[in-house]
Amino acid sequence: MNEMNEVRKPPVATTGIIGWLRINLFFNWTNSLITLFVIYCLYQFIPWILDWTIFSADFKYNYLGEQITNQEMCSRNLDPENGGACWAVIYVRFYQFIYGFYPKVEVWRVNIAYAMLALALLPLLYAKLPYRKYFLYFTYIFPVIAYFLLNGGLGFTEVSTNKWGGLLVTLVLGCTGIALAFPIGIMLALGRRSKLPVISMMCTLFIEFIRGVPLITLLFFGMVMLPLFLPEGIDMDGLVRVLVAVTLFQSAYMAEVIRGGLQAIPPGQYEAAKSLGMSYWRMNLLIILPQAIRISIPPIVNTSIGLFKDTTLVIIVGILDLLGIGRGTLADTNWLGLSYEIYFFVSLVFFIFTFGMSRYSLYLEKKLKTGINMGAD
Amino acid sequence: MRSNLGFFSDEKFRSIFFQTLVVGLFALGLFFVISTTSYNLEKRNIATGWSFLQNPAGFDISFSPFLEFKSTDTHLKVYFVGVLNTLLVSITGCIAATILGFILGIVRLSSNWLLSRLVYIYVEFSRNVPLLLQIILWYSILIQLPRVKQSLQVLDVFYISNRGLYSPRPIFESGFSYVLIAILLALISSFLINRWAKKRQDKTGQQFPVFSSSIGLIFIVPLILFFILGSPLSFEHPELKGFNFKGGLVIRPEFIAMFLALSIYTAAFISEIVRAGIMSVSKGQREASAAIGLKQTWIMRLIIIPQALRVIVPPLTSQYLNLTKNSSLGIAVGYADLVHGFGGISLNQTGQAIECMAIVMATYLSISLTISFFMNIYNRSIQFKEK
Repeated sequence: MNEMNEVRKPPVATTGIIGWLRINLFFNWTNSLITLFVIYCLYQFIPWILDWTIFSADFKYNYLGEQITNQEMCSRNLDPENGGACWAVIYVRFYQFIYGFYPKVEVWRVNIAYAMLALALLPLLYAKLPYRKYFLYFTYIFPVIAYFLLNGGLGFTEVSTNKWGGLLVTLVLGCTGIALAFPIGIMLALGRRSKLPVISMMCTLFIEFIRGVPLITLLFFGMVMLPLFLPEGIDMDGLVRVLVAVTLFQSAYMAEVIRGGLQAIPPGQYEAAKSLGMSYWRMNLLIILPQAIRISIPPIVNTSIGLFKDTTLVIIVGILDLLGIGRGTLADTNWLGLSYEIYFFVSLVFFIFTFGMSRYSLYLEKKLKTGINMGAD
Repeated sequence: MRSNLGFFSDEKFRSIFFQTLVVGLFALGLFFVISTTSYNLEKRNIATGWSFLQNPAGFDISFSPFLEFKSTDTHLKVYFVGVLNTLLVSITGCIAATILGFILGIVRLSSNWLLSRLVYIYVEFSRNVPLLLQIILWYSILIQLPRVKQSLQVLDVFYISNRGLYSPRPIFESGFSYVLIAILLALISSFLINRWAKKRQDKTGQQFPVFSSSIGLIFIVPLILFFILGSPLSFEHPELKGFNFKGGLVIRPEFIAMFLALSIYTAAFISEIVRAGIMSVSKGQREASAAIGLKQTWIMRLIIIPQALRVIVPPLTSQYLNLTKNSSLGIAVGYADLVHGFGGISLNQTGQAIECMAIVMATYLSISLTISFFMNIYNRSIQFKEK
């Protein structure tokens, strides 16, 4: 009846390293040709790039062993045959890249703010954190602490925002923009789906207007038009004006993402909540929004990545973020001509942040998918 | 049962009450903003109204390939030059990004592991570095090219230097319009042949060599006409005179940097969209078409791509919109587009911020709406048709 078949091994050529190579790299002759060509190109390119960025690069000292203080001392400028990247510019200007022109005596405040930011983000990113509730309380009050820490007041000496710069400005713009846009976006999304025609129309117009124009025009709006709209005597800080523009921009995009989440909630949820006698706000806050936000977290992270990259646009209206400091350094005669090093470094910093965020969003998506499947089973 | 709030618990009343409240607050805010603005404008001696559009601009625009621009021209002309430059970089960028994105999206799915990894690395780097940084980086590479005197020569007619790409300028002599008309007629007739052949194939199953006949009509007929008319086309070659080239067609590094950065950045997003679209077509479709004996290339062209397009087109539209809006970053490298030319220099010269920004924003809004309108029509034409 049930004869035991002898278990046969697959042909050698489809398993193991050789099998993998054969299937993925040398499947047929065109495939093999492409593989060989790509390997040849990489063979030409990788040693060169490694040599330029690491092996013949200057980090702090040039090839004569002197400490580099300006571009003329870079190995590649002393001897074009001998020398790659001159990372010394990053080393020398590192402080500006991270803190801008923040006074050195007060820089511990920025460092504490950076550390606190990490602590505040922890409960948001990691749901299984023990005592997460208490960490979240800290997250809510963090913006207030950060404001006093960075700006001054409450016994701290004031540091005007035109001294802020570099990564500090990039993070302040990114985090504040995302954090403020979130509640505004929720309100706009609810407003757009509202049954009250006037409110729905106003929200729709606002969202579509913001999404139809480039961010740079909104930044110009904040820079040149906002001061005209405000009564005399109210002098808005440059960073705040930019922040207003960035927040308006981000909230319109956030609203559309959250609206997508709201649309995915089955009508039964609304009906059930209403039949329990819940008011509009109760229904949304307790039943609808928690579900809608949960499913729209991955696209929320994606728009946040977009915003984080878009904060670089503030250099056009004269705010010195990370890229702005990089350009400023390039304009300095001491560091003329080191554009590749500086842009490489700035790209790398942005890449680390945005790539991290996109990986996190993928992880969430995967987690969410398994969660929903388990519910459906 | 009535609550003690009285008619406030009436839904109709509440809805009218809240909406009137919102409109009232909005009107109040608007009134406040307008009154403070007019006060501020008066105090700062800023003129209002649209008459500044007729004033001479007083500055030069280095890149204006369609309209001749002199510094005595009006601000209105600055606006038109800006719109044309914005459209130029957006349209060329969209075309290049689509082609590159489709190729990369398909390569990303290639069975060659090395190739698909390489595209993956490109996509991740290009998506995760701010576009502005990429534009500036391309520009800094282009202006570090050799100077005009040592410019690189390609095929003896193109010159690449830090001032841009110089190429021969075509000069159309009398009679060339006939060639253009012939090309136009050939395009129309090959379109009609295509329709006729499709109809005939549906009816009778007979095939017609549409591709080769179209190629013949579009290329060979005008070419023969061109030689019969005695080649009515000549080229003006750029010549090195002093420190710069004279004559010829020049493409400025600002444009090249914008074009490269925009298309390479957007192509990364498009390739991901294309990949997702192709992957959304079920495996059975590919297997079924292989089973009836279609060639690999035909499977892609006739079965996979048409179905994938349904998924691809809506997000592709938003990429086109993004690219167009991102073209406003030309200001960072001095590309004289709408924002840089009209919203930047004209605004600073006239000080009429409100009027300038209103025009710029309205223009971007109308460009965005136009793109979505046409893409929606296209989208409707490729969606499932229920019969």
